[in-house]
Amino acid sequence: SPQVVWDMLGNRQFCSYKITTKTQNFCRNEYNLTGLCNRSSCPLANSQYATIREEKGRCYLYMKTIERAPFPRRLWERVLLSKNYEKALEEIDENLIYWPRFIRHKCKQRFTKITQYLIRIRKLTLKRQRKLVPLRRKIERREKRREEKALVAAQLDNAIEKELLERLKQDTYGDIYNFPIHAFDKALQQQDAESESESDAEKEEEDEDADKREFVEADDSDLSDFEDMDKLETSSEEEREEEDEEKVSHSRSKGKTPLKGPARRKRPYIEIEYEEEAEPATKSKAA
Amino acid sequence: APPKPVPKTIENQREYDETTVDPNDEEVAFDEATDEFAPYFNRQTVPKILITTSDRPRGRTVRFCEQLSTVIPNSHVYYRRGLALKRIIPQCIARDFTDLIVINEDRNVPNGLVLSHLPDGPTAHFRMSSVRLRKEIKRRGKEPTEHTPEVILNNFTTRLGHSIGRMFASLFPHDPQFIGRQVATFHNQRDYIFFRFHRYIFKSEKKVGIQELGPRFTLKLRSLQKGTFDSKFGEYEWIHKRREMDTSRRKFHL
Repeated sequence: SPQVVWDMLGNRQFCSYKITTKTQNFCRNEYNLTGLCNRSSCPLANSQYATIREEKGRCYLYMKTIERAPFPRRLWERVLLSKNYEKALEEIDENLIYWPRFIRHKCKQRFTKITQYLIRIRKLTLKRQRKLVPLRRKIERREKRREEKALVAAQLDNAIEKELLERLKQDTYGDIYNFPIHAFDKALQQQDAESESESDAEKEEEDEDADKREFVEADDSDLSDFEDMDKLETSSEEEREEEDEEKVSHSRSKGKTPLKGPARRKRPYIEIEYEEEAEPATKSKAA
Repeated sequence: APPKPVPKTIENQREYDETTVDPNDEEVAFDEATDEFAPYFNRQTVPKILITTSDRPRGRTVRFCEQLSTVIPNSHVYYRRGLALKRIIPQCIARDFTDLIVINEDRNVPNGLVLSHLPDGPTAHFRMSSVRLRKEIKRRGKEPTEHTPEVILNNFTTRLGHSIGRMFASLFPHDPQFIGRQVATFHNQRDYIFFRFHRYIFKSEKKVGIQELGPRFTLKLRSLQKGTFDSKFGEYEWIHKRREMDTSRRKFHL
């Protein structure tokens, strides 16, 4: 009758435990010894069969004999094996004495495999284990958006520049950076230069008068005014050139100018308007 | 026409946090003089940092660790070959390390940072995002030099923010070398801490140019523990509880 069973299920008709793949057939039956679908390892097609199964870290030997075939409830007999590896092998031997070689051999092999993976489990639980935390998509998206908006709101470059200038003002850098010209004087100089560069004579006069007016009220001498005016007009070009060179040499002497292009552009527009001849001269000199 | 009103921003409308630090607060000053960073701020200890990763770091994380170690002076990168943190910590303390940084990575991308001050100092656990390595930063400068950088901490207002800020400050040596002209910035904005590393140059008294070098990343604080890293028995000073703390758009904790 087991032969009949095999003829029906194993070979020809449908067996629900059988899984076919390209190269092999597997058996999903939990009492299967090897896991493959063979004539000799099918628990349904052999009336005398044995397996090793483990439960909660302990291994049991399951046996099935012909005598109990009509009693499905009592079909599988279960024997607890000892924890000691060699002793358990002996127990398998004495339980399966007079059983076919194939089943004995495969049982012992399976038992070995099972003990090995149990040992591995115990070792791994002692080490640290990776905890997989699932990501919540909505939250991830929310955080990402908030981060982007915070980045925009932060305006990091400006903040850093401001902080650095603050530190410069509060003298944390000591004497390393010498900007000897005080901010006020520099502004005044720039203002003077601007006023001179503009070609409108009226504006020139106006500005100069405005400056001079303040000056005059302090000094009260007209002659000196005229002298100054002359000096300024004639030496204005030289002054500007000098200023140019100074500025260029200043920034060059610092070492690396990070942004050369914008630096040139950002300097006061004074230079661009007048004296295109002077510019290439300064460039060649500095280079 | 009436004058244009000041536009409402989230920073303007931020809910008032009662733990905001007042610059003149004595209690806070006293606390800070006696907490775990006092030896650093009194210049008794020199920071020495150990940077490590989680198990089996992938290439990107390794490169990020290297770059981070160039940014932070006096830092060393060690591989973690399956060692438990609890066992590393006594060894670190024995070898005089002051801080431990663990970068956790997932799928070849660093996504977490654990920063712990060693002689039983606080441990902060951050989530790290948008990490850019040096080669991915556009318009960057050359390699950072060995000079110690300056540190800028922006916007750490509350008590919690203050302690985190001090933690960051204690990573860097106290005396920056101004010759190096390098600055590391931790900028807190709406609970996100942006880290940048720049080289600056003063073009004039009113203008400064900055050039970004070095990696950049953003951190978000997840938890702050009182002692050194201990996930089971540690005493948590602050944990980010999403249900309670993420409800209002205008409430921030750092």
